[in-house]
Amino acid sequence: MKVAVCIKHVPARDSRLRIRSDGSWVEERDLSWEINEPDLYALEEALRIRDAAGGEVVAVTAGPDRAGEALRRGLAMGADRAIHVASEAFTAGDAQVAARALADALAPEAADLVLTGVQSDDKGYAATGVMLAEMLGLPHSTLIMEVRLEDGRVRARREMESGWFEWLELPLPALLTIQSGINQVRYATLKGIMGAKKKEIRRVEPALADGSPTVVEALAFPSRDSGAEIFEGDARGAAAKLWERLRRDGKVR
Amino acid sequence: MSGEIWAFAEERDGAVRPTSLEVLGAAQDLAGRVGAPVAAVVAGGNAARAADALAARAVARVLALEDPSLEPYTPDAHARVLREAIEAESPRAVLFSHTYRVRDFAPKLAAALASPYVPDCVALRVADGEPVFVRRVFQGKIDATVRARGARPVLATLQNGAFPADAVRDGRAPAPIERRPASVPPDAIRTRVREVFEGVKDRVDLSRAETIVAVGRGIGKKENLAIVQELADALGAEIAASRPVCDSEWLPMDRQIGSSGQTVAPRLYVAIGISGAIQHLVGMKGSSTIVAVNKDPNAPIFSVADYGIVGDLFEVVPALTALARGGAS
Repeated sequence: MKVAVCIKHVPARDSRLRIRSDGSWVEERDLSWEINEPDLYALEEALRIRDAAGGEVVAVTAGPDRAGEALRRGLAMGADRAIHVASEAFTAGDAQVAARALADALAPEAADLVLTGVQSDDKGYAATGVMLAEMLGLPHSTLIMEVRLEDGRVRARREMESGWFEWLELPLPALLTIQSGINQVRYATLKGIMGAKKKEIRRVEPALADGSPTVVEALAFPSRDSGAEIFEGDARGAAAKLWERLRRDGKVR
Repeated sequence: MSGEIWAFAEERDGAVRPTSLEVLGAAQDLAGRVGAPVAAVVAGGNAARAADALAARAVARVLALEDPSLEPYTPDAHARVLREAIEAESPRAVLFSHTYRVRDFAPKLAAALASPYVPDCVALRVADGEPVFVRRVFQGKIDATVRARGARPVLATLQNGAFPADAVRDGRAPAPIERRPASVPPDAIRTRVREVFEGVKDRVDLSRAETIVAVGRGIGKKENLAIVQELADALGAEIAASRPVCDSEWLPMDRQIGSSGQTVAPRLYVAIGISGAIQHLVGMKGSSTIVAVNKDPNAPIFSVADYGIVGDLFEVVPALTALARGGAS
């Protein structure tokens, strides 16, 4: 069983973001980075499938040089090898640019199963995995909360809205986008971190001929004119002012 | 080349989903500003009833794409039927609602068409006669203004609740309905739907709570939940959580508020360490009073909250608990 898993290197969730002076994207200096959290669930699921069925896990990322850090972390968690589709163009490019580059890198791998997270914490398209499936000619499903492999097929439990689910059956090879919460993600052990140094990260230069079908013209913080009344002061002072207001509103006794 | 603005209407059991009306209203508005006709498009095994409902709205026509293969839903059938219609008719743009189903097939459709794809938009503008899309990035913290390049039809999805459903205009007379039987060969559908079922039936019903204290990932770890539970107890409130807290199994899944959990509207909703991803906001923004405590002043939760404290929840929450206990005595 060869499982490929796509992971993305994104700013840490609690980052204080600043917008570049030209408005084109966020200022990347001074940010700390992590593996996109939804992708960690996909990686964990890939590792569990391999641990149960044998085979290998190939971690793949499309990103600039810094994204190699995500692959090293993935290898430390237990992936067997990694492919870095490396280009600075992914910063400005959209999901289709990433999916095309990932498809070119993954096609020769002929993985039995391709997993991705459900969406990224930075651009949030929730599209790269599904586009990748189309480009690789694979059947797919999204928001998967349980994966069971049976000979030549995969059974997947897909989350629907309002607490409903469906069980689907897809022939292999297939692509699944993994819903956050499907599993409990392991931590990299010291042994894993040491072992990762000996694992292969193959660097691939993508052919990005067509450019991005969409262009981000500007970023801005949303206007907060309809936003909350903020109570200032130290914690106790602010809490006291809030409490007084809630009492006046009749919301607390 | 039709050059229309299409509004894709999702139908369930013959009815048009309410979020699709938001899309139709947005399509009417966009079409008016770029000078294009609007068409409503519905796909299903039998779309007749949904098509009739759409024809009452102010649209140039309704396209009903019908094929038995569209039931039950699969991305293969939906993407194929829509791709054929879009290739045949060349609309200028196709708008969808950003539902789980659309997220399952629309990116595939965009890739197959080599069309620009702009998901989860919160506003549509027009500049130089062209649509300009505004979408949230970085989990709602920043707005990105996006334009499509090239001449292919643009596919865009609209965030649920971002466009008013009551903006939809009715037509003076029913619009013509064009029924288009599709023909999807059986082997084009690779996914088999084996079972559809409701996940948790006996869950805690949070919708009846008068006060809810909800906790997000800002709490850091499970052991820290005690301070939030103490505040909930002092307020006589139910404790609830955003998805990441339940994903980490710090609280049971049936206490989750949001698009994949429960929808609530209590008299008082206190959001502790919740940044306010849209998936959470849709489940609680109808609450009558919303209080947010978060260390990040740019957290989107503050845009729906009535009252906020920007600060360290580990100091603010115990202070509120002390006030609540004092008030009760």
